[in-house]
Amino acid sequence: MPVIFYVAGLTALFATALVITRANAFHAVLYLILAQLAIAIAFFALGAPFAAALQVVVYAGAIMVLFVFVIMMLNLGQAGVAREHAWLNPRAWGGPTILTTILLVEFLVALNSSAQFDFAKIGVQEVGYSLFGPFLIAVELSSLLLMGGLVAAYHVGRQDRDDEADRR
Amino acid sequence: MSFHLLPLVPLLPLAGFLWLALGAGRLTRRSAARIGVSSVAIAALLVIAIGTRFLVEPPDAGAHVQTLGAWLRVAGFQADFAFRLDPLSLVLSFVVTFVGFWIHLYSAFYMAEDEAIARFFAYMNLFVAAMLILVLADDLLLLYLGWEGVGLCSYLLIGFWYRDPANGYAARKAFVMTRVGDTAFLIGLLLLFSQLGSTRITELMERATAMWASEPTLASVAALLLLAGAVGKSAQLPLQTWLPDAMAGPTPVSALIHAATMVTAGVYLIARTHVLFELAPAVQNLVAVIGALTLLLAGFSAVVQTDIKRILAYSTMSQIGYMFLALGVGAWSAAIFHLFTHAFFKALLFLSAGVVIVALHHEQNIFRMGDLRRRLPAAFWSFLVGAAALAALPLVTAGFYSKDLILWQAYAAENGSLWFWLAGWVGAFVTALYIFRLFFIAFTGEPKTPIRRTPEWTALAPLWALGILSLVAGFVEMPATLGGVTLFRALLEPVLPLPDVHAPLTVEAMFQLLSMAASLAGIALAWLLYRHRPVMAPTSGGITEYWREGWGFDLAYERLVVHPTVCTAHWARHDLFERPYDRLAGLARSLHRGLATTQNGRVRWYAGGIAAGSAVAFALVLLA
Amino acid sequence: MIDLDAAMLIGTLLFLLGLTGLLVRRNLVFTLMSVEIMLNAAGFAFVVAGAHWNAVEGQIMYLLLIAVAAVEAAVGLTIVLSLDRRMETIDGDSVNRLQG
Repeated sequence: MPVIFYVAGLTALFATALVITRANAFHAVLYLILAQLAIAIAFFALGAPFAAALQVVVYAGAIMVLFVFVIMMLNLGQAGVAREHAWLNPRAWGGPTILTTILLVEFLVALNSSAQFDFAKIGVQEVGYSLFGPFLIAVELSSLLLMGGLVAAYHVGRQDRDDEADRR
Repeated sequence: MSFHLLPLVPLLPLAGFLWLALGAGRLTRRSAARIGVSSVAIAALLVIAIGTRFLVEPPDAGAHVQTLGAWLRVAGFQADFAFRLDPLSLVLSFVVTFVGFWIHLYSAFYMAEDEAIARFFAYMNLFVAAMLILVLADDLLLLYLGWEGVGLCSYLLIGFWYRDPANGYAARKAFVMTRVGDTAFLIGLLLLFSQLGSTRITELMERATAMWASEPTLASVAALLLLAGAVGKSAQLPLQTWLPDAMAGPTPVSALIHAATMVTAGVYLIARTHVLFELAPAVQNLVAVIGALTLLLAGFSAVVQTDIKRILAYSTMSQIGYMFLALGVGAWSAAIFHLFTHAFFKALLFLSAGVVIVALHHEQNIFRMGDLRRRLPAAFWSFLVGAAALAALPLVTAGFYSKDLILWQAYAAENGSLWFWLAGWVGAFVTALYIFRLFFIAFTGEPKTPIRRTPEWTALAPLWALGILSLVAGFVEMPATLGGVTLFRALLEPVLPLPDVHAPLTVEAMFQLLSMAASLAGIALAWLLYRHRPVMAPTSGGITEYWREGWGFDLAYERLVVHPTVCTAHWARHDLFERPYDRLAGLARSLHRGLATTQNGRVRWYAGGIAAGSAVAFALVLLA
Repeated sequence: MIDLDAAMLIGTLLFLLGLTGLLVRRNLVFTLMSVEIMLNAAGFAFVVAGAHWNAVEGQIMYLLLIAVAAVEAAVGLTIVLSLDRRMETIDGDSVNRLQG
């Protein structure tokens, strides 16, 4: 079982690395879905089925679909791919890579436990009891957040009056 | 009418200034004009009332001194806000407020369409307040305060239409040149204080008489310095070049400041401190020489000008030369008498010129006017009266009596000489010539520019008042050959002693006939050259150009003073002491540029900033 | 037995990959994707910790985190769409008018 965890983790890493290096946006989204499915498997291996289900349903199933819709609407096409190639020159990778390496080194320095653990399954029922019990406030707040997001998305995205579109 | 109302006379225009300055944005044009005119009007009425009481029932000791309070009190020295009302200051304050009132009223007409009329009246009121402080001051420091005040207001008013840089240049030129004189005045004041221990004028004069009667060196130096101040303010040689350029200001400003009042401040100063000049005969002689030279120089320059206001400016210069000539030969009250009549007719000339200028839509070239008898009769007749007074038309004008008195004293007084008289006599001829040249060219002949604006009552009333005074004001002082009225002289005698005149009446009559002849000859020649046979008049040529440019003084000052100073300033701009400050400024600028690049508006850059910051923060936590 | 350090390392690497993507890509859609990766990695770390300490709070935190990520993705993509509509570009570097 631990093996599954490590394999899923490595798959996720590999897929993520591919996401950020693709020129075609649609390919990137597909690799990202792959990465998230791998993470879902890792969750299963950790004994967190609820988290795994959520990962598949919400993250890979809703958010990524949203991305797919938007990319389709943007209709980038071959010109978009060419532009991405132009923007992805090696010179652009230099600074960010250095910064990321520094952060990685710092993290490695910070890690000093040699703890190993076995997992016990924490099932859906337990999570449900907690959500409707001590963490009720959090649930309500997140529903408020979602409402706010809905309103914001509607407002930002609406085309008010036709002359807005005519102004292009 | 109590004498103790005296401080209200300068304080009322000052209050008018404050009201107008603080409320400039909120006052309408009409209320601004009303405030400006009424403050000076009430001051004039006060002066007339106080003056009447003074004449009828003079105070003890012939003067009323009122101290408002102490100004400076340092180490045993005290200077006060002390006002003095004696015949001399009464005459001057009457001139300032009375003529000032008519000019303020006229300004309500002249500046009616100007947006900044509130600012104009504020400055004019401040000027009148400062001039009254100057004239009524009993303490030399307070006089200097008024002196500086009028210089400031002159600058503000010459450059009133500040959007044209030429006006600013003229204003700066006037200010800087009078500053040279002011500095000399201040040095003289400090010399008097350090040697004589006081700044009250009466005390100074008494102590000077006591200590310097036999030893004239210090008196000469002090008198010379005061003379320099007077020369600057009154636009005499060698500090005279600012006056023609000062005509860039509005015409009421030229009338009030550069004809009737500020430029006479120098004459007043010398008259006030005449005791000092009597102690230094060489300097007093110099005063007369300066007066004589200036009156000739200015007269010849005026004959060839084409701008109506420049002619009148040179005329002012010339007439003040007459006053200096009178002061120089010891005829103090004659100088003040000419100041008195000159204020009326010169203001009249400027105001009628202003009516013409405004009517012809700001045309000032006399060769482009013409035929104004029919079209602007008010301006025509008032200018004619003023011109006659200036040219000293015999017997009927005030100017005749005052100028004739000066000419006679210039010959007959103890310090007078034939040369002084000759200069004055030639000057009288040239005066008549240039003013009637102006009259014939500008006011008669063919019309060349159409009329756009006719004067209203606010312009006509001053013209009437000043016109009548230009004719009758002379009758207070008539020579012995014509009746011997000595009202003016008698009034001033307690303050200004009379010169010794030893000459028989017949000689006096002969000189009078000569001066009458000079005036009439000048008028006749002007008529001949400019009305009868215009082709004979010289308009160009070497000498004409030389005279027109003010005998080359502007050029000389430009080359000798202005240019080297400007070059030195340019060279000193980046000298040793500037470098550290320049480097500081450069450092600040490059820091700004460097920091500005971190704000380039890009999301990626800001995210990178957050990442870098968190890396640093983690490092600090891990290493600590 | 799962090594905690290794699991945390996986999460960290995922996060840093997302960060690199954020810093490198100019296309705004990719930027949003990178943010999603980072949020996901944070959630991963939470679940791992919850499994280690045998606590349910890990998964609850993960749930809340997903909610945030969903809202952020929705609003962000709406912004990208309206940007494309108004200014014909989705280049993050060209929308820099709020500069010093």
